[in-house]
Amino acid sequence: MTTTTASGVSQQHEANPELSARWRRATEEPVWIRWTLITIALTFLGLFLVLPLLVVLYGAFEQGLGVWFAAINEPDAWAAIRLSLLVVVIVVPINVLFGVAAAWAIAKHEFRGKPILISLIDMPFAISPVVVGLIFVILFGSQGWLGPWLAAHDIRIIFAVPGIIIVIAFGTMPFIARELIPLMQQQGKEEEEASLTLGANGWKTFWYVTLPNIKWGLIYGIILCNARALGEFGAVAVVSGRIRGETNTMPLHIEVLYNEYMFTAAFAVSSLLTGLALVTIAIKSFVEWLDERSRESTAISHEGAVS
Amino acid sequence: MKISLRHTLIGGLATLFVASASAAEIELLNVSYDPTREFYREYNAAFSKHWSELKGDEVRVRQSHGGSGSQARSVIDGLDADVVTLALAYDVDALRQQADLIPENWQSRLPDNSSPYTSTIVLLVRKGNPKNIRDWDDLVRDDVEVITPNPKTSGGARWNYLAAWGYALNKFDGDEDKTYQFISKLFQNVPVLDSGARGATNTFVQRGLGDVFIAWENEAFLSVEQLGKGEFEIVVPSVSILAEPPVTVVDKNVDRKGTREVAEAYLGYLYSDEAQRLAGQHYYRPSNPEIGKEFADSFPDVELFRIDDVFGGWQKAQDTHFNDGGKFDSILEEISRR
Repeated sequence: MTTTTASGVSQQHEANPELSARWRRATEEPVWIRWTLITIALTFLGLFLVLPLLVVLYGAFEQGLGVWFAAINEPDAWAAIRLSLLVVVIVVPINVLFGVAAAWAIAKHEFRGKPILISLIDMPFAISPVVVGLIFVILFGSQGWLGPWLAAHDIRIIFAVPGIIIVIAFGTMPFIARELIPLMQQQGKEEEEASLTLGANGWKTFWYVTLPNIKWGLIYGIILCNARALGEFGAVAVVSGRIRGETNTMPLHIEVLYNEYMFTAAFAVSSLLTGLALVTIAIKSFVEWLDERSRESTAISHEGAVS
Repeated sequence: MKISLRHTLIGGLATLFVASASAAEIELLNVSYDPTREFYREYNAAFSKHWSELKGDEVRVRQSHGGSGSQARSVIDGLDADVVTLALAYDVDALRQQADLIPENWQSRLPDNSSPYTSTIVLLVRKGNPKNIRDWDDLVRDDVEVITPNPKTSGGARWNYLAAWGYALNKFDGDEDKTYQFISKLFQNVPVLDSGARGATNTFVQRGLGDVFIAWENEAFLSVEQLGKGEFEIVVPSVSILAEPPVTVVDKNVDRKGTREVAEAYLGYLYSDEAQRLAGQHYYRPSNPEIGKEFADSFPDVELFRIDDVFGGWQKAQDTHFNDGGKFDSILEEISRR
């Protein structure tokens, strides 16, 4: 709704220059305020984003590509990369399943306790990662509630890969659901109802009506979830046990290297992780651009249909 | 094309799992503290070679490093350590007290209080020693700033504190009050109390705060070698504490995993000439005096006292000095009142 009003107004601007000048005066700040705001924003971005990024890249490649490659091509580093990717491959699908189910339940159905479910989904964002780790230590640790039973059945959860997957799945749980809920609520359920009255079953409705509608939001959520799963540190540090080559994820491996005074290697692995993040952001921007374009094209085709 | 891509993916995943499965010939997990990384990396290779020559089996030793106290906590919570090699007996003893993982006599099972290598506390000063710091006495001078982490949170800082305390107690012929005043004066000279040894190193080395840094001998050597060659000098005080980082097999774990024989051999081999030399190369004092002589140049003579002799053991030192309401608390209170 808001977008159409805005574009309507801008069309008026072009039609009536005097009016548009007055509009501008009313909605725009003086030049010096604009420049101050821009300077503040750019300074902050430069100091807190660009500079650290450059430092990482500089530190990584300071001693040449050969040293960078040697730091990456090392068994413990590979093990960390493999573990991080394994975590992503397992955690993201789980959270897609959960996110879609939760968003579906919240957006398309009315039931008692819905606000509680919504706040529960947000909980992993509110809890400090260290506390998340400790929760699972208390639950699965050998001094914990389930510890003795797990030990008796020789099942290892914390200080092993399953524990790492659990805490990361917990920490990244809200991303997809949070992305989908407002989207699905905004879309309402008319289209699904139409599909159902036309005789499609629930699964078909989901596949052909709901999924195409939420496609971009879902992809966006997956990208965010993926980025966070790769980067999670605090909770993993608590449950990993830091066994080199076994339970060190990439962020943990970076810390290990840093603590060993192997700064170049630490920066090299950091640059790889940063690279993955940058790729993620690039994909995200590309997805947004695609999304925009597909919306524009539907808008144009709608307009064409109207005229 | 599609098939081959799928095959590659399946193949990739398969190698991923097979690789972690087939490597499990004999695997040991050594849970250790922070400064031992370099030493154990080399020692593990040496032991692996020794064991395969002896028995023909391949041993792979996994390492886990972290703060000594938190590493002990992880083992208590179920980290599957075959052996622990921690910074202080207090932390190892927690395995017995909290989880009954090791027997009560653990420390007498290996020679030298189960400490195959030792270290001590030394003073690190800036190049040329501009404040002319020679001994503990200089640390209470008005013009000297001292960097040490907080003994409440850092194991290493407790060694620092106890080393200074032991020196003062000796100097004042056992007068507790004067010793207390001495330590209080020393902590008045500390501008920031970092929570951990690593943070304190950064404060001194990177941020350039303070005139003298109280540090582990092996860490001090490492800082001099790795962080700023020629920027720092080590000053060995006249008296210091003998830091004994003990090692032990974690009985409950090795018996469950069936790795007792290798785990015991792994720790036993730490006392071999080869391992003792490795320890010396990594700035730990070898417990074998014969090997120690080979490193006489790097380890200056210093009168070392034991925590058991001066403080009656770790448990007692902890209760008297560092627990809530202990001596260190009242020193902090006194300083904040000034």
